[in-house]
Amino acid sequence: MAEVLFFIAAIGAVAGAVGTVSLRNPFYAVLALVCHLLALAALFLLLRAEFVAAAQVVVYAGAVMVLYVFVVAYVGGSGEPLTASTGATLRFASILFALALFVELTIALVGTSLSALDSDGAAYEAGFGTPAEVGELFLTRFLVAFELASLLLLIAAVGAVILARRRTGLPEAGEISVGDVMRGDGTLQEGQTGTMIEAAGSRRR
Amino acid sequence: MPLTWYLVVSALIFCIGAGGVLVRRNPLVILLCIELMLNAANLALVGFSRAHGNMDGQMFALIVMVVAACEVAIGLGLIVALFRRRLPIDVDELRELSG
Amino acid sequence: MSLQTYGWLVLAFPLAGCVLIGLTSKLALGRLHGIIGTLAIALSFAASIGALSELQSLGEEERQVVAVGWDYAVTSGIDAQVAILLDPLSVLMMLIVSGVSMLIHLYSVAYMGGDHGYARFFAYLNFFVFSMLLLVEAANFMMLIVGWAFVGAASYFLISFWYRRKTATDAGIKAFVINVAGDVGLVLGAFFIFRGTGTLDFLRVFEEVGNAFTPNDPDLVAGCCLLLVGAFAKSAQVPLHTWLPDAMEGPTPVSALIHAATMVTAGVYLICRMHPLFEQAPIAADVGAIVGCLTLLIAASIGLVVTDLKRVIAYSTMSQIGYMVMAASSAAYAAGMFHLMTHAFFKALLFMAAGSVIAAMAGIQNLDRMGGFRRAMPFTFICMLIGGLALSGVPPFSGFFSKDEIIALLLARDDWHIVLGVLGYVGSLLTAIYTFRMIFRAFYGDPVPEAQELEHGHLYHAEQPTNPMSGEVEDTDVGFPGEEHHIAEREFPMKIAMGTLAVLAVIGGIPQIPEVTDWLHTFLEPTFHDSALYEELEASGTLTAIGLLVGATIAGTGIFIAWRLYGHPPQRAAALQERFAGLHNFFVHKWYFDEAIDLVFVRPAAWLGRFARTTFERVVVDGLVGGATALVGLGSAAVRRVQTGYLRYYAALLLLGMTGLGAYFLASA
Repeated sequence: MAEVLFFIAAIGAVAGAVGTVSLRNPFYAVLALVCHLLALAALFLLLRAEFVAAAQVVVYAGAVMVLYVFVVAYVGGSGEPLTASTGATLRFASILFALALFVELTIALVGTSLSALDSDGAAYEAGFGTPAEVGELFLTRFLVAFELASLLLLIAAVGAVILARRRTGLPEAGEISVGDVMRGDGTLQEGQTGTMIEAAGSRRR
Repeated sequence: MPLTWYLVVSALIFCIGAGGVLVRRNPLVILLCIELMLNAANLALVGFSRAHGNMDGQMFALIVMVVAACEVAIGLGLIVALFRRRLPIDVDELRELSG
Repeated sequence: MSLQTYGWLVLAFPLAGCVLIGLTSKLALGRLHGIIGTLAIALSFAASIGALSELQSLGEEERQVVAVGWDYAVTSGIDAQVAILLDPLSVLMMLIVSGVSMLIHLYSVAYMGGDHGYARFFAYLNFFVFSMLLLVEAANFMMLIVGWAFVGAASYFLISFWYRRKTATDAGIKAFVINVAGDVGLVLGAFFIFRGTGTLDFLRVFEEVGNAFTPNDPDLVAGCCLLLVGAFAKSAQVPLHTWLPDAMEGPTPVSALIHAATMVTAGVYLICRMHPLFEQAPIAADVGAIVGCLTLLIAASIGLVVTDLKRVIAYSTMSQIGYMVMAASSAAYAAGMFHLMTHAFFKALLFMAAGSVIAAMAGIQNLDRMGGFRRAMPFTFICMLIGGLALSGVPPFSGFFSKDEIIALLLARDDWHIVLGVLGYVGSLLTAIYTFRMIFRAFYGDPVPEAQELEHGHLYHAEQPTNPMSGEVEDTDVGFPGEEHHIAEREFPMKIAMGTLAVLAVIGGIPQIPEVTDWLHTFLEPTFHDSALYEELEASGTLTAIGLLVGATIAGTGIFIAWRLYGHPPQRAAALQERFAGLHNFFVHKWYFDEAIDLVFVRPAAWLGRFARTTFERVVVDGLVGGATALVGLGSAAVRRVQTGYLRYYAALLLLGMTGLGAYFLASA
């Protein structure tokens, strides 16, 4: 049973990965990744990592990907232009490299004499992978990592705000109304970048 | 089941992500492929954690997730900034940092 | 104060004077700079007298005192200290140098007035006196070499004092280059001797020389000959003499001080100081004696025909130093030093008088254009006459006693040195002739226009200053002589200086009157106590008497010949010139030494320089350096092509690297 579930989840993960890489429309790529993340959560459950699986679904698939969706919607990018630029050669070479890397890693894994890899692993203890266990470890052994992670999040938040703010020197944003938003025709006046008028886009779409 | 299978899956996903970084031109998708690679690493970590019976791998994986989240925030912020300045959202066009 | 303190003070005063004048040179202090300079040397002279009295108060055995300043480089193999040696020889030199310098400084206070480089002149002059005193007080080879080099540098500064005159700067360079050639000899000689004896300190070297070297040991002979090279360059002996006549481009006080009384006597001092070495290597001493004799004759012959007033006196200096070198190399040390002392007096006097005449001629130095200054400049005439009589060796002037003692001692040696003695008499005759040729032509005969003007009380002033040698037009700003000309009759400081020297030239013979006084010989004995010949070499009574008689006769004959040729009808001189035209030409061209040196040394050196600049530098050096930079540039251009700017390209490289690393670890596992 476990093997069956494993194979389903693995195939789902790989399919999602392939989809992320090959789908043209970035929106579809995001959705493929969400699929991949859910499959991966299943794999985590099989590995008795309950909390990690939950975090994967809630945080990664739930929050991070939603952020992605918003940005994709904002930025657009309806596909990639088909100009050659570094084109075929690089594509071929990169697939080759990736393949080479995979082969290498497989050889490393399969050909190695690490005995643990072929065994069934350690015995299962109760409480392995539970939220209680995770919480206790975070506040005792991994306290420093916990604190640093929160600091990192703070920095990232501040950084993101600074990166995406409006530049000084650009004209001031004026008051806008819903009517302006509804009347928006795709072209932007001076003070309309960064406002809902820009986000809503043109009526005629 | 044997750990090897999980590790092979992890390696596969990692290589797919690496290939994707090299092949795609939209920076958003490149970021997504980077996420793939991170997830592959997570899978390997959790697999080893289970094999050893030690929670360390899972904790590491959680922290990796935090880092991934931060990186996504900043990366997307960059792309939004690019978009605001009406620059093309294409890594082949953005090559001013050349020697 | 102790002897050592006096010794250091003698050095300190001129140095302080030089620094003080140098630092205040930009302030327009007028003659104060000159007074400071003179005062510094006067204090130095006073300290020398103090040193003399302290020295004489010590017992005879202890009169060689070394005062160590500090250890410069004292380790197991070498003992280089900053030290001065105070013994009779150095104290005698100190007295002569500081005394004569003091008088020349006094002379220059008036003579150089109006020159825009007045302060610089006195700073240089003080620096020179400091260097010369350092040289004579040196207690080891290191200090000697330092003083030697400084003196050469000071000579260069002063010869090219009027630095905008090309002739002066050329002369300065010539003097310096030849001096450096001598310096090389000196240093190499010091190396030879150091290698043999293992010490730099003079007194220790002299003790060791008997143990370290056998008589006429090739190493010692080589070392002494190299020292002689240094001595010859500094003292303008053949063949390193060509710089001295050209050095007359410097102002007259410079010629008086450096090129008559002090610097050129450094070679003589060196030979006297190194007497234990020369007595252990008689071959080198013989070389010195022969060269001295040659120079004596060659210089006298050239002095007969040159037409520039200062150059006559220059060749006379060269000739007289030949006497001194000959004496010092033949163990007649006291006689040589005696002649050094008297020569300093009368030669400085001659130069000062010449300076006065040149000032009256507004800078012209050509004898052909001078004449009849006897009535217009009586004081200068008397001084020049006294100097000339002393130089020619007329009794009872000082030169008579000193020169004849040298010749008598040479004759007393009873070997081939007798030849040198006889040639010394020949030189004496020539000396009298050319000296009085100079005096008769400048002061007798019909007064030239400049003299006539002066008789009417008006000093001649050229409308446009010109270079006396090349005739180029100059101005009177800094770098060229000033507008003013000072003659002795009108300047009190000049009168005092010249008068003092005249008195000294007259009475200077007293210390060593044969059979009567022996002061110098006894005074110098502590220095030469280790010389085998010092005490023994003595002319017998009869020899001395004959020598005096012959010497006086020769001097008188010479003056008479000069009178006949130059005093009264000058056509006799012209007729003589025509009869011996070839010889005359040879002498006028200074025996073609300049041309020979140019051919042998200067042209190859110039060719080498050109070759180095065009071929070697351009091809080899620039090629190597340029090639290296070009290589680096090519390399970096090649590497730069990796930086394309494409993100995916960089990511690919990353992946490639990672793959490679993994493969490496896989393979090595």
